[in-house]
Amino acid sequence: MSAVETFLEGTVRTATPLAFAALGETVVERSGVINIGLEGAIIAGAFGGFVAAGYGSTWLGFAGAMLAGIAMAAVFACFAIHVRADQIITGTAISLLGLGVTATLYRQLYGATGAGLSIPTMGISELPLLSSIPVIGRPLFAQPSITYVLYLIIPAVWWWMYHTHAGLGLRATGEDPRAVVVAGIAAKRIQVLSVLFGGALGGIAGGVLVIAQAGSFAEGMSAGRGFIAIAIVVLGRWHPLGVAAAALIFGAASALQYFFQALGWSLPYQAFLALPYVLTLLGLAGIAGKAVAPASLGRWQDQR
Amino acid sequence: MDNDSRAHRALTSPILALNDITKRFNGISALESVSLSIEAGRITALLGENGAGKTTLMRIAFGMIQPDAGSILVDGRRAHFHSPSDAIAAGIGMVHQQFSLIPAMTVSENVALGGKGRFSSKEIASRLHEVSERTGLTIDPHARVADLSSAERQKLEIIRTIAHDARVMILDEPTAVLTPRDTAELFTQLRAFAVSGGAVILITHKLTDALEHGDDVSVLRRGHLVLSSRMSKLTEATLVTAMLGNAPHVLSARESRSAPSRVAASLVQATIHTKSRLTAMTVTLQVRAGEIVGVSGLDGAATPLLRVLAGRVKPVSGEVKLPQEIGFVPENRRDEALIEDFSLAENFALAGAGRRQGLMQWHAMEADTRDVISVFDVRTPGTAAFPAKLSGGNQQRFVLGRELIKRPDLLVLENPTQGLDVNASVFVHERIRRARNDGAAVVFYSSDVDELASLSDRVVVVSGSSLTEVSADRDEIGRALLSVERNDER
Amino acid sequence: MNAELALVADALVRATPLIIAGLAVAFAFRGGVFNIGAEGQLLVGAIAATAVTLASSGSIGRFSVVLAVVAGALAGAAWAWIAAELKRRFHVLEIISTIMLNFIAIHLVSFLVRGPLQEPARIYPQTETFIKSGRLPLLVPGTRLHLGFALAILLAVTLAWVFNHTAFGFRVRATGASPAAARIAGLIDTDKTSLAVFLISGALAGIAGSVEVSGVTFALYENLSPGYGYTAIAVALIAGLNPIGIIASGIFFGILETGASALQREFAVPSSLASVVEAALIIGALTIAAVRGRHPIARVAES
Repeated sequence: MSAVETFLEGTVRTATPLAFAALGETVVERSGVINIGLEGAIIAGAFGGFVAAGYGSTWLGFAGAMLAGIAMAAVFACFAIHVRADQIITGTAISLLGLGVTATLYRQLYGATGAGLSIPTMGISELPLLSSIPVIGRPLFAQPSITYVLYLIIPAVWWWMYHTHAGLGLRATGEDPRAVVVAGIAAKRIQVLSVLFGGALGGIAGGVLVIAQAGSFAEGMSAGRGFIAIAIVVLGRWHPLGVAAAALIFGAASALQYFFQALGWSLPYQAFLALPYVLTLLGLAGIAGKAVAPASLGRWQDQR
Repeated sequence: MDNDSRAHRALTSPILALNDITKRFNGISALESVSLSIEAGRITALLGENGAGKTTLMRIAFGMIQPDAGSILVDGRRAHFHSPSDAIAAGIGMVHQQFSLIPAMTVSENVALGGKGRFSSKEIASRLHEVSERTGLTIDPHARVADLSSAERQKLEIIRTIAHDARVMILDEPTAVLTPRDTAELFTQLRAFAVSGGAVILITHKLTDALEHGDDVSVLRRGHLVLSSRMSKLTEATLVTAMLGNAPHVLSARESRSAPSRVAASLVQATIHTKSRLTAMTVTLQVRAGEIVGVSGLDGAATPLLRVLAGRVKPVSGEVKLPQEIGFVPENRRDEALIEDFSLAENFALAGAGRRQGLMQWHAMEADTRDVISVFDVRTPGTAAFPAKLSGGNQQRFVLGRELIKRPDLLVLENPTQGLDVNASVFVHERIRRARNDGAAVVFYSSDVDELASLSDRVVVVSGSSLTEVSADRDEIGRALLSVERNDER
Repeated sequence: MNAELALVADALVRATPLIIAGLAVAFAFRGGVFNIGAEGQLLVGAIAATAVTLASSGSIGRFSVVLAVVAGALAGAAWAWIAAELKRRFHVLEIISTIMLNFIAIHLVSFLVRGPLQEPARIYPQTETFIKSGRLPLLVPGTRLHLGFALAILLAVTLAWVFNHTAFGFRVRATGASPAAARIAGLIDTDKTSLAVFLISGALAGIAGSVEVSGVTFALYENLSPGYGYTAIAVALIAGLNPIGIIASGIFFGILETGASALQREFAVPSSLASVVEAALIIGALTIAAVRGRHPIARVAES
């Protein structure tokens, strides 16, 4: 594979878990809720996927990952939506909870040393014909099958959001939960379902890290991806297609390190490790608040 | 039951009947056994002063809240509304005062809200076309609600209820934000709706609107139904007594005052952005100590001017001279005047907090807070109470007291009696006059032309492009608003 | 008897950075600033303190400790300033920027201890160890309990006083509770106040880092902080963002984590159980706050 193909392949690989998580969070934030606990959903999904995959197949693993993510999101929904506690604090607590619980369980189940146990990993599935397209064929279509699921979900979410009444109701709830009440829309229910959906995709993102990439679990392996995903939602301006593009651009920027290494530029390896985080800051600064968030994001309007 | 008896019932029953509705909030009674009967083809005025229970009753009729007791009948048959979608399905539509449209979305998206299945803006556009053919009410389906004026938004809400096949249209204080011309337009539409077989319920606290346009009237006072009759059988006096009990109140007559003296605040060629940021007006205005200036305006033109005078907003350019001590009573009390999580004493300390240095003198502040509470007659458990525990009227008394106790040179108020009951309103007016007599300059904005006429020494009418001064006379103010509106449209 | 004393001392030692960082978080939250970056600010504080100590303890002796703490405060404030400026100029949500800065700080530490600041022998990924005069004096000889704990208490009491009795503290609380009311009713310069809150919060977290290297580790290395900055969030929340309460919750967490380490050594119970308990406690604190109907801090979208 040429350097360009390596770079593009790395782009898609980096982007995949981020796109899953960010797509879910987009739906959540469009309903007016900000779930900082996404990190918790991802790490829970990573661990859940690790455990479930150990029982047999990779798809079982992804099912486990999804359920784990939904569980974390359910706790968040219970406190942030039902009880109406502050969303930021609740989300931070969920992330801490996720990181702590997964670390504890991992050590309990697999020993204090945490030696790398292996599980079935999802290998590359080349799509016939499509993967033969020059340059982009292999990066896009020689990926683990879960990536193809992502390719289907992105347009599906987009279509649902803009061409169904349910999607309209979602977007309206994110603008003003009070106003939708008089149209007969159950704002709280929409928000809860959105959060659960976001948790499911976040869990799958964690599953991708374990099942389709690393092949094993490590404590804290989410490495802030949940927060990067939230930034990607902003960069993608809360639009499913925009978010997918932003995730791809982020992946590309991260994959640039392969170019640097190929060019022989010797930067300390920590610089590459820090790169995603610096990129996030630069990206957010670059967009300079010009993206308009859903009007009621994070706020609590009393529904009278 | 069979079709014949159903049809019969529909013909002889009122289109909507609310029977013995009772509702309590936290043990306090909002509605006690209220019954209302609405007939098709007629406009019913639901009268009562602020806090009487009118909006609560209509929210029950629209399915937004559930009654504690009583029943709802549609065409003679029992109905249960668990949410507005049930009410909408039963043919009831509501046009709200605020917070019911999504500004960032288009007209068609707002009309489509609450539907099912696939969403196609073409379908909505054709539905809107249909409605416009029938009623003559037109609106651009692709316009963003944020760009519409208050009158147009209200028109949109009416169109929306008709598009959802409403047979009963409830309007909550619809004339609050309208100019006299828009008001006339509105009532023409409502009459047309009634004539075509619909029923209109008009919630209002304005006697004149009810007298002029209501066919039937029901009066609520403190949660009880005190009068229900055909309008033709009543006089204004009967209605007033019904609304207020035995002590009819006159919006206190204007007193004569000595000539105002020195200039307290002045704006010279100050360019100010209007609320929507779309236009900027350039204003030259002087306010003198010992006078009350009333400000009237269209669609968010008044508030920016007041905020510049109050020193809360800087104009884009121009000269502003303001006195040292300024008292400001904003319209949005809950978000801008008070902090929910702070006690009353802490809320008192909020005034002047920006300038304060060094240590907090809590002892003195507690004493001052107690002073405000007693002098301004604030009903509260104490200085440690939280604002949420106080009624709207008491909150406003507190805020007014806090701003007045420092003897400001300039007092600025936004809609100071909005939502207040008569007692509180009279109190607020009295205090404003007293401040003026003590030598303060007072500027206030009100959407109520009567209030402007009775309280102001002079009136200023602002729009996005001009500032006109008129005398404090109801008709003059109304005419000025009309001409300003016309000028803006050119 | 001595073993128990040692355990108590250990718990208080463990509590020290948690209390100081907890104060940093509480100050920020009460002021309406969601500073999740205590971890990063703590680390750069540790970096600054280490650099200053190594450079000066040979020449100016005990005074270098004072310099180190000051340097830590300045570094922490500077790290927080990055997030503050990103928010002011580019409207970047501080929740995201401070967490990104946390990760960057971790990698910065790794780079320094494997590079410019590495100990002369170049064997281990850590700095030189501090000489005795570069270390914080002990409060109780024979234990590990150092002066930093006293500093933590002092800071907590000072912060409580600032909140309750100073005009500045009042402005901070008002800005956090309702920026709109603070601006309109109080004529408070909320931008200036928010910046001050950012800087002070960062400084406090930086002090936590410098106290940790000067009092406990006596060197800088990777994994210096087992997530103190994040635990501090729990410490602050459970104390209801009250400075005096943070002393108690910080000590409580110190006991929890010391006990957990002991349990792990003795009975092979994973010490990460402590973090589960901690997170569960946050949920508990959240429930209490929600049930009582009062939000400890303002909503995020005000920015």
